[in-house]
Amino acid sequence: MKEKMNIQIETKNLSAFYHGNQIIKNINIKIPSKKITAIIGPSGCGKTTLLKSFSRLLEIRDDVLVSGKIIVDNEDILNTKRNVSDIRKKMGLLSQKPYPLPMSIYDNVAYGLKIHNKISNQELDNTIKHCLCEAGLWEEVKNRLHDPASRLSLGQQQRLCLARAIAVKPEVLLCDEPTSALDPITAQQIENLLLKLKKEYTVILVTHTLRQAKRVADYAIFLYFGEVIESGLAYDIFNNPKNSKTKAYMTGDIS
Amino acid sequence: MNWRNFEESLFKILMLISIIIVVSSLLIIVGLIVINGASSLSIDMITQSSSGGYYLGKGGGILNAILGSLFLALPATGLAYLLGIGIALYLQRDFTYPGISGFIRLSLDILWGIPSIVYGVFCIMIMIAVGFGTSLLAGILALTFLELPIITRYMDESIKTVPYELKEGSYSLGSTKFETAVKVVRRQAMPGILAGVLLGLGRGIGDAASILFTAGFTDSIPSSVFDSTAALPTMIYHLYASPIPSVRSKAYAAAFILLVIVLLISIISRVLLRKSGRYVIK
Repeated sequence: MKEKMNIQIETKNLSAFYHGNQIIKNINIKIPSKKITAIIGPSGCGKTTLLKSFSRLLEIRDDVLVSGKIIVDNEDILNTKRNVSDIRKKMGLLSQKPYPLPMSIYDNVAYGLKIHNKISNQELDNTIKHCLCEAGLWEEVKNRLHDPASRLSLGQQQRLCLARAIAVKPEVLLCDEPTSALDPITAQQIENLLLKLKKEYTVILVTHTLRQAKRVADYAIFLYFGEVIESGLAYDIFNNPKNSKTKAYMTGDIS
Repeated sequence: MNWRNFEESLFKILMLISIIIVVSSLLIIVGLIVINGASSLSIDMITQSSSGGYYLGKGGGILNAILGSLFLALPATGLAYLLGIGIALYLQRDFTYPGISGFIRLSLDILWGIPSIVYGVFCIMIMIAVGFGTSLLAGILALTFLELPIITRYMDESIKTVPYELKEGSYSLGSTKFETAVKVVRRQAMPGILAGVLLGLGRGIGDAASILFTAGFTDSIPSSVFDSTAALPTMIYHLYASPIPSVRSKAYAAAFILLVIVLLISIISRVLLRKSGRYVIK
């Protein structure tokens, strides 16, 4: 990554331990702003752990220990006096299987808005419409906003999760294999949305489908047994991998 | 016929026998109550308070006991819910270490096993120590202790099934543990929470031993929490101890009314459960 770019997240010697096992080891990476960065690697290599460390979701579990630095907006978010909810608010999360909140479609998007600001009903309506439009869901749900979110299809639920994430105006979207529970057509929709959203948000995409990473990623990070083997422009990593392990992963020799 | 076929039909018969025992016992109980109580069932039973003391109490109805039961069980269930929901939400992994939650769960299970008469004795001792005696308040307290472990453990089991990813989704929006627990986890676990509360209510409204000393007995409707009060289970107990057949028949009628109230609770709970399950994410 030699070209000049804006850095959204930078990690310094980031490690995470779970029950004393080191899951990710001394990670030093830079994640560029308003691009899609794919984290690839075989399952169990620490992709999700790395992703969740960015929004300090690991520490909810008492048996996880994180060390090192994660610098976001010139601030180490692992050692800050600021409220952890302010940090999490900057990082929207899209999980493997969509988990909308147990409330109506409308309230799912309103939830994040209401906990952070006092907001008038008119403003709430407008913001919710805007977020649902951004997530490409508005046309499908505009007549049943007060139905339970559980009645939506999986693909719709995932887009609702996207809408609720962007409602709190994050800077980064953390996507943890967001299409792995979806059928190919809905997966395609989500990919297209991510491509659209990268104009406004930094997208970090954990995926173990290489083809998906190839289709959407600008940058790529290859993780193997908790270590960064190679990182850089996605094109270079996929077409001219420098490391033999990366090469082996690309050709399917290790998985 | 080979062994496996024989085994198959044998188990079918055994299962049928169990079902017949359970269903017929229900029918016999209801039948017995209705047949024995029918002669005493009248509109006066639910519109008038009892009179003439319990042992020989031929006069009046059991309005004071019906109201007494509601005055005892409803506040007790409310209190047990308020205390229990706090404990149940705290038992989540997000708030406390597994060692601590395991110890709390064990304590609750032991409390669950304590006979209700012991709660009654315990509560009346407390009340006497602070200068009160037999009263509605003491009865409410005893029922709260009785219901608390039931409601809490039930809610806890339901809250345990809330997927971690759901909470994570809420945290990632920047909400605190408290907001997540109260607005997301509680809603997702609502059917189980309601079931626990209604189970506790059913247990509380039907229990005689815990209110025997604490709530006492009287012919009148209590006018404050420091008055004694009658309740349906204690009313049945006292009426049935009478040597006079017509008074014993009133006991059956009171049992019938208690049965109807419990049935109503169970119908209401089914409706509420269906409603509360609407938003649950599967």
